[in-house]
This record gives sequence, C-alpha cells and structure tokens, in this order.
Amino acid sequence: MSDMKKSTVAVIDYGMGNLHSVAKALEHVADENTSILVTSDPAVIDAADRVLLPGVGAIRDCIGEMHNAGLVPSIRKAMAEKPFLAICVGIQSLMSHSEENGGVDCLNHFQGNALFFGEKHTDHDGSKLKVPHMGWNQVKHTINHPLWANIPDNARFYFVHSFYVVPENKSEVAGTCDYGLEFCVALARDNVFAVQFHPEKSHKDGLQLYKNFLNWDGKP
Amino acid sequence: MGLAKRIIPCLDVDNGRVVKGVQFVDIRDAGDPVEVAKRYNEQGADEITFLDITASSDDRETTVHMVEAIASQVFIPLTVGGGIRTCEDIRRMLNAGADKVGINTAAVFNPEFVREAAQRFGSQCIVVAIDAKKVSAEGEPDKWEIFTHGGRKPTGLDAVEWAKKMVEYGAGEILLTSMDRDGTKNGFDLGVTRAISEAVHVPVIASGGVGNLDHLVDGVIEGKADAVLAASIFHFGEYSIQEAKQRMTDAGIEMRL
Repeated sequence: MSDMKKSTVAVIDYGMGNLHSVAKALEHVADENTSILVTSDPAVIDAADRVLLPGVGAIRDCIGEMHNAGLVPSIRKAMAEKPFLAICVGIQSLMSHSEENGGVDCLNHFQGNALFFGEKHTDHDGSKLKVPHMGWNQVKHTINHPLWANIPDNARFYFVHSFYVVPENKSEVAGTCDYGLEFCVALARDNVFAVQFHPEKSHKDGLQLYKNFLNWDGKP
Repeated sequence: MGLAKRIIPCLDVDNGRVVKGVQFVDIRDAGDPVEVAKRYNEQGADEITFLDITASSDDRETTVHMVEAIASQVFIPLTVGGGIRTCEDIRRMLNAGADKVGINTAAVFNPEFVREAAQRFGSQCIVVAIDAKKVSAEGEPDKWEIFTHGGRKPTGLDAVEWAKKMVEYGAGEILLTSMDRDGTKNGFDLGVTRAISEAVHVPVIASGGVGNLDHLVDGVIEGKADAVLAASIFHFGEYSIQEAKQRMTDAGIEMRL
C-alpha cells in the first residue's frame, strides 16, 4: 500500500500523561488513511500533516516540560505552517503570559494573558460562582470558521479550568462563553486554532470539532 | 445562559458487573459496565462515575481494562473511584482514560495524599469523596461527621470543616454522600449538601438517597449542589437521563439538553 495518501496527526506528548481520551476521540472520527500518533519526538511532529497540542496539569509544568523535551521549536514550526489545534491548557500555553503558579511566561503566539477567575468569583447578579469553571457551558461563535462547521452556535462543551485567556487582539477571538463574565474560549489566526474546552469530552459536538480539524486545510 | 448543572449516573462495579450499590444487602445485577456507560452516554448523561467496590485488589486489572473500554467509546468525562490509595493508582486510572479520580478513605487516613495528588496531577482531576452522617440530636444545631467503612466507623471529623480542608489541600471537586440517606430513596440530605456547597468554592456533587426526579431538583435548588449523582433510579429503567433533565429544566434549572 502506498504511503502517499496517508495523513498523520501528531498529538504532542510532553510527559504530563492522559492523552488517551484525545487520541481515542481523534481515532473515533478519523478515516482509515489517517494515523493518530501520540508522540514526544520532534521529528514525528515535524513530519506530521497536522498537530494537536493538548494541555494537562498546571502551566509551569506544561511549559517546563515542553522546553525540557525540546519540543518548542517543533511546536513553533508547526504553528507556522500546518493545521494546528491547541486544547485546554494548550490554549493558555500559546499566550504571552499566565498568572498561574505565580506567573509563567508562555509561548507568545497569541499576545495576551491567562488570568485567574479568582476564588471569590461571582455571577452578574452577585451570586457566588464555583471555581474551577467545571461542566457544560455554551460556546458562542464570534466568527465563521471551518472548525465550527456543523456545530450549532451556543452548543455546550465541557470545560474544566480556573484560568481564562484574554487576547490583546480581539479579532483573533473565535468563540466566547459566559461565566460571571464573557470570556474568550476559542482563538484563531491563520492555520492555528485553540480552544479552552475539551472537545474529547464534549460528546457529539466535540467529536464534530475534531472531525472538522481532520478535514481542515489550515485556511481560516 | 451559563454553566449547566450536571446529572451523573454512578456505576457501582463489583467483580466486573454493575450492582445496585454498597448499601444494599440484596445486590442486584444491573449489567455490563461498558454497555451501561454507553447507554447513559446516549441518553445525554453529563458525566459518568465508575465506583469500584470490588473487595479484592486482584481485580484492579479488570477495572483498568473496563475504564479503557469505556473511555474509548464514551466521550464525556469519566470519574473513577474506589481503592485509590497512591499516586501510582491515580496514574494508572488516568492513563486508562479516566478524567478524574475519587479519593475517599485514603484522604481521611492521609490528607497529605490529596495535596500530593493535586500537585502532581492537578486539582481538576482530584475529587474528594466525603461520606457524612448527621450526628447532632433533634433540637441541636446541625452537625455532620465523616464516617468510613461504608458508614460504620466514625472519625470525629466535622464534615463541613473537612470539606474546607480538602479544598485547601487541592481537591477540585467534592462528592458528598449522605450515609443516612444512601439507599433509602428518601432524597438527599439537603442540609449537609447546602452547608458544604456554601462553605467551599469548588463544585459539590450531591449523592445518596435519590428515589425520584424531584429529589434531583431539590439537590440543586435547596442543596445548592452543582451536580447530582444517582444510581439505582437509572439502572433499572425507572427513569431515563432525559426525563431527569426535562424535570430539572421544567423546575427552572439550566441543563444541557
């Protein structure tokens, strides 16, 4: 069988564990010519047709492990040239800086910061809101994008996070959510898309987003 | 418009089969965990909790395989509890595809374990399970205590204070079970649910005692729970998840439909 038509998706493994559900969800929607490779090998990432950057754990460890494993050049290269999707802490790692762990400099692909909701977070009417923001919330599309294809506006996705991103360039915001404040949950620029929620835990709409990613040519 | 309250069916799994629950003497078989999980996923469950109640540790391997099987087919969050005592136990379950782990007795005997686990794996995946029983007499101010061993052994720990301490140590969520109510079908203990939900900033899952759909509504509205967990009302087809969500929506609760 020829390898010519084979497509590969690199799921970046930087040693923080639990990429099982991301890989399984991608496999679930992938066709027989698409291989899902969970990898920490820069060469595999460089050779892949598309790249997914998951996020697990706290930001300091995340960024630290990316550097330790020598993955940052490959991540930057992928973001410069092919369809790239970051999820959860992955979106935060693409910002300039995060407030988590006393302040951590991140990859600065999107200018702006990841901020803490705060332990005394409140709703618009002043009532107490729990932090982390955990559960199913509605995602409003702020732009049309191939990754939103066949996903209804305001569909619910599964979130679990205590920090949220605030990009400087509002035109990069692709989706928002409301939790005491309206905040950015999806960012898009060129061939890079990033989401705060977990598509692999978001039932059919989450799987649809992964399917869209596998079909995406990297054009906005 | 905002965050939805969650319905979490719980699978109590003994020797590879879903059973009715620890508190029941006449354990009824409710099927294969993977099939049951798939059914709830299709019905629109917001998460699934898998509680391993197998007595012997030999069967842990079976649990790992089941978690793997569920996680490959069910794309909603999965919490695994029962017998989680070490960071190695947590790592195995997360690698098998669990999103969160429930720590119960081990937290009581070694609270530092919760801190260690939260630092290593992140608070988002650490659920501390609390089994509480009311210990105040009629007419006294309400007081609940933590019990272990299926509600048989008192610990002297105040439930509300313990919940606060666990959150301080890094718990990302509290699964609160009333041992007075578990298995009774008389509804949640709304007093302890509300007391703990108001005392901590992390989400609280109410558990123990659900006998009908109004109990789920009460858990959220009066108990201030962020999520409600039930087992037997769903297992034997008494109610579907959709029916439960519809009842909660009709009561004005925001749900994912």
